[in-house]
Amino acid sequence: MNVPSENSCPMTRTQVLDAYFMEHRARLLDIAAFLDRLDRAAGEPEDDIRETSFRRALEILTDGRTGRAGRILTMLSDQTTELPVSAAGMKGAIGAPVSLTGDPS
Amino acid sequence: MKYIDPHIHMVSRTTDDYQRMAQAGCIAVTEPAFWAGFDRSSVQGFYDYFRQLTEYEPRRAAQFGIQHFTWLCINPKEADDPGFAREVVSLIPEFLDCPGVLGIGEIGLNKNTRNELTILEEQIRLAEEHGQMVLVHTPHLEDKLKGTRIIMDALAASRIDPGRILIDHVEEHTVAEVLDRGFWAGMTLYPDTKVTPQRAVDIIEMYGTERIWMNSAGDWGCSDPLAVPKARLEMRRRGHAVEIIDRVTLNNPLTFLGQSERFSVDVESA
Ligand SMILES: [Zn+2]
Repeated sequence: MNVPSENSCPMTRTQVLDAYFMEHRARLLDIAAFLDRLDRAAGEPEDDIRETSFRRALEILTDGRTGRAGRILTMLSDQTTELPVSAAGMKGAIGAPVSLTGDPS
Repeated sequence: MKYIDPHIHMVSRTTDDYQRMAQAGCIAVTEPAFWAGFDRSSVQGFYDYFRQLTEYEPRRAAQFGIQHFTWLCINPKEADDPGFAREVVSLIPEFLDCPGVLGIGEIGLNKNTRNELTILEEQIRLAEEHGQMVLVHTPHLEDKLKGTRIIMDALAASRIDPGRILIDHVEEHTVAEVLDRGFWAGMTLYPDTKVTPQRAVDIIEMYGTERIWMNSAGDWGCSDPLAVPKARLEMRRRGHAVEIIDRVTLNNPLTFLGQSERFSVDVESA
């Protein structure tokens, strides 16, 4: 059985911050500026599944539980079970499902 | 340091890439057959591609001291027309005894359609009948979780030992199921989609080093043929032992690929 193990990163918390804080501070600001850019753009808010799912992902980031990357990927996944016959006329993957289901876990 | 990039599309890369990979310690690559970025217009186009993979590309790699192995199939993106796909699949047996051919791959699903699944099942049967190993492509982005599960069910219905199947492009939401079901797992290091070197190392820290490898899947799109050595550096930066780093980037590929009698790499003299 494969379960994520605690204390498996060989670095201390301080070492992780020393190594990665600046890089992820920059990415955090990229996300903030991206949301500001959406505010400044024309069109209705949250009428696009990509935006809805992005905001749902932000909730996962701050819910205090671990496994965030896996939970965000699952939330961004197609949860349907039926198989269409052919891909003819279908668009390529966009990074978010056609609709969201369930709670953000 | 020596490493193997077990999934890279060298027909799309330049000799400069071969040179830089050799300088970074690459001693061998395996190249699955895949989509060219556009649909081929004829079955003959695939025949020529299989010749390129089995005859020409190994010679190009050898100029840089890199051993080249390959996997053959029709990729899922071009498998949505079953009649056409079957004609391509019928070409494969004559290539299976070529030196350097390791098995069937990268087969799988793209948009999770019935047509794609039919051809996937037929290629699994081909692998079964010819005793071949299998390299699996899992779908992109939102289609990955559903597709990975359908693919694993199709593989489980065959008699192929899951230990001879590698399921590629796993991410945090699919890796556990793949390993739990006894398959090998591959992580693809891409700049934007799939996983970054940092996340790949996180996955190793969380799920261990057994039955897992990483690859660049370098191709004609945004990708990095030096992604594997970059992930090695990331592991060193975090203080992982050289033995662990070698396990996921050299010894695990040697173990999995070594199940094919056509795979042989002399690491010492490479
Ligand atoms: Zn590939």
